[in-house]
Amino acid sequence: MDQFLVLTGVSKRYGGVRALDNVDFACNRGEVHAVLGENGAGKSTLIKTIAGVVQPDAGTMTLQGRPLSLRTPQAANDAGIVCIFQELSLLPDLSVADNISIARPPRRFGLIDLRAQRRRAEELLAGIGCEDVNPMMRVRDLPLSRRQMVEIAKALGKNPRLLILDEATSALTSADVERVYAMLARLKAAGIAVLYISHRMHEIEALADRLSVFRNGRHIETFGRGERSPDQIVQLMIGREISAQFPPKPPRTAAPKMLEISDLSWEDRLHGVSLSVGRGEIVGLGGLDGQGQKELLLALFGVLKRVSGEIRIDGQRQAIGSPADAMRAGRQNGAHTGGGIALVPEDRKTEGLMLPMSIAENLVIASLAALSSGPFMNRGRERVAVTDAIARLRIKVGRDSDAVHTLSGGNQQKVVIAKWLMTHPAVILLNDPTRGIDVGTKQEIYRLLRELADQGAAILFYSTDYDELIGSCDRVAILYDGRIVRELEGSALTEQSIIAASLNLSQTEPAHV
Amino acid sequence: MSDLGLRLRQNAYLLSVIVLFALVYLLYHAAHPKGFSSAVLVQNSNEVFSLAMLAMAQTIPVLMGGLDLSVGAVMTLVDCLASHLLVGTTTQIALGVLACLVTGALAGFVNGCVVVYGRIQPIIATLATGAIYIGLALFLRPTPGGKLDEDINWAMTNALDDFVGTVGLFSDGLPAWFRPIAGVPTSLVLLVLVATLIWVPFRRSVTGRAVYAIGSSEQAAYMSGLDINRAKLTAFTLAGLLAGIGGLFLAIQTSSGNADIPQAGGYTLSSIASVVIGGTSLLGGSGSAIGSIFGTAVLKVISFNFRIFDIAPLLQPMFEGLVLLSAISLGALRMLRVKNQLELFR
Repeated sequence: MDQFLVLTGVSKRYGGVRALDNVDFACNRGEVHAVLGENGAGKSTLIKTIAGVVQPDAGTMTLQGRPLSLRTPQAANDAGIVCIFQELSLLPDLSVADNISIARPPRRFGLIDLRAQRRRAEELLAGIGCEDVNPMMRVRDLPLSRRQMVEIAKALGKNPRLLILDEATSALTSADVERVYAMLARLKAAGIAVLYISHRMHEIEALADRLSVFRNGRHIETFGRGERSPDQIVQLMIGREISAQFPPKPPRTAAPKMLEISDLSWEDRLHGVSLSVGRGEIVGLGGLDGQGQKELLLALFGVLKRVSGEIRIDGQRQAIGSPADAMRAGRQNGAHTGGGIALVPEDRKTEGLMLPMSIAENLVIASLAALSSGPFMNRGRERVAVTDAIARLRIKVGRDSDAVHTLSGGNQQKVVIAKWLMTHPAVILLNDPTRGIDVGTKQEIYRLLRELADQGAAILFYSTDYDELIGSCDRVAILYDGRIVRELEGSALTEQSIIAASLNLSQTEPAHV
Repeated sequence: MSDLGLRLRQNAYLLSVIVLFALVYLLYHAAHPKGFSSAVLVQNSNEVFSLAMLAMAQTIPVLMGGLDLSVGAVMTLVDCLASHLLVGTTTQIALGVLACLVTGALAGFVNGCVVVYGRIQPIIATLATGAIYIGLALFLRPTPGGKLDEDINWAMTNALDDFVGTVGLFSDGLPAWFRPIAGVPTSLVLLVLVATLIWVPFRRSVTGRAVYAIGSSEQAAYMSGLDINRAKLTAFTLAGLLAGIGGLFLAIQTSSGNADIPQAGGYTLSSIASVVIGGTSLLGGSGSAIGSIFGTAVLKVISFNFRIFDIAPLLQPMFEGLVLLSAISLGALRMLRVKNQLELFR
């Protein structure tokens, strides 16, 4: 076997999380090797390690038999390892030609040779069938799918010996995907090793010579094309893990509709999404990362502009143009609080909290109108509200005047949730609220959500953790490419069915567990 | 779209600034009693030069998404140094000029070191170093004074025929090819030389590319394997050199040195205004020093017109403010297209 890159016993921890756990892995020249796994299985960390972005805590790498240590992305490039990242590495203000030659521009008399650089860009773009992209255009002015092709041209310009594609086709049009396939076939024939990360099962079936499955940071198995059925692959991806404890779900009854979304579209990220959430119901949003779940929550909360479609709360049509509108939506006339929509955002450190401000100030920041008398804050009512919130969510604080960044991640997240509960929302949106949080706090959050639902709130809950969706939601809507492809509830709500729907596989016979 | 069309569209803002400048400047000459004469051109060019250098210097940190509050201080420091060194024999003066340029570059290099190795934002790093440079300038010139070589003052602050006369070129009569350009201001020629011999090569160097990349997205620049620290050090050094050239010219122009603190501050703020009017984004990543030169020109031509037309001179700051405000408003138009409102705050 013509092994190109070999990893032995590689481990990487982030805080308490084992992102890679004693991984042995190899990829061969002239072969497309697909890496599969759920969200958080360790695929990204594996790629980042190979690409020199993160340094492993333990283990060794060898390149064609020689030991390899990569301190920077540049070092990886020098070794012939080139990665096309999921997050684009293009510079929006520079031209296409500038971007393609960013690291090693052609030079003449010591200065960048703009003509040669332009010719090079034209050749590389032509090689992947993108003659229509003018190399003088600024990347900022290109549509997303074209940018992705520029990214690919940039990577090819580095003459890779190992090319890594991390979800590189997710933004492409189908014609471009064909071009990428043709390019990969050429690279393979030229003896280049290709690592291919994709959530699109049919792509992997079409492209990969060899497949490796990762789960919880561990390399589970590697096998050749056709040696495992899609069902078996999904089984390998799930494995059997200890799940968190969830509160019991109440029996399903026909609840009156609280939140009704019909035909919601935005840009190329949401396409005609229709969904309803009943009073007292917890509805999960599932699917792979980046299929429009976040955009759906942001659209409901008034963050996105020019959203088409209709949003109703309690039967009333709502026009929501900003988070302030969203908080007022469905509120009784004249009331300072109650009703409305709340969003527990994705990133608590930037969107959820004002980190240097105190715990108390953060808790009341969304309820200032209700806690003030005229232009001034009512200190007495503020005090009561803060004390109640801390007690209700059992937030572990020293003094509530401490800066909120002094709290642990779990307690910070409780502050975010408490801040929104203080507005007494009728609709609660949560964007992956348990990410990076300890198991104990997770359980408290699940119980709290159920309690809120029992009191009549409608809850829409995006999570990347399938266990969590199954354990805490009454119903789960799976998004794929900006559309709801399936709604699962009751006994149909299994990890198997979620993954199958997430990969947009047509539902085959139930798997044998 | 054709390449020419694309270039025009990408530079539409700069072109409109140039057209605006040309129109207002023509108006000025038309109304001036000695309009369209070499003498007026020389006077205007001398007034623009130092600020144009500072604006070019300021462009570089702004392209990286920062601000340099020390450009006026570096100018003042070099101004005071030049008032001591630019006397004596030709060799002594040449060495003095060199020492002034090295001092400017060194001040910029120090700024770069504080930013890169101290991991301090440029705005606050240069606030501190700028105060130090002013302190040094005061040490060199506690009170205004000094007397520069008269020949260098005469040669640099007049038209080209005065320059060649002073340095002794063409002593047997001006050649025919020279006559059409004899009336061009020396400082204007110097400005064009600095722009073509320093800025244009920088723009096309790997370091220059890295400066734009850092302002565009520092993370992506890092991930593309660019040497960010080296680019920042070089960029700040170059900014110091340009500010130093500005200080050198100020000393030559005034024939003396003056550690004038309000003047240093005023020049720094005007340099930022020039950069913004010249179309460089304060967020970094797009713009050019050529734009900043025209930004300076627009700012200065306003004050020229105040002298010609019968407008209360007290209104001048207000007019400059209005021009700045409209330039910024044009830049803010793209915000109207943002569809995810979170991006407004990033």
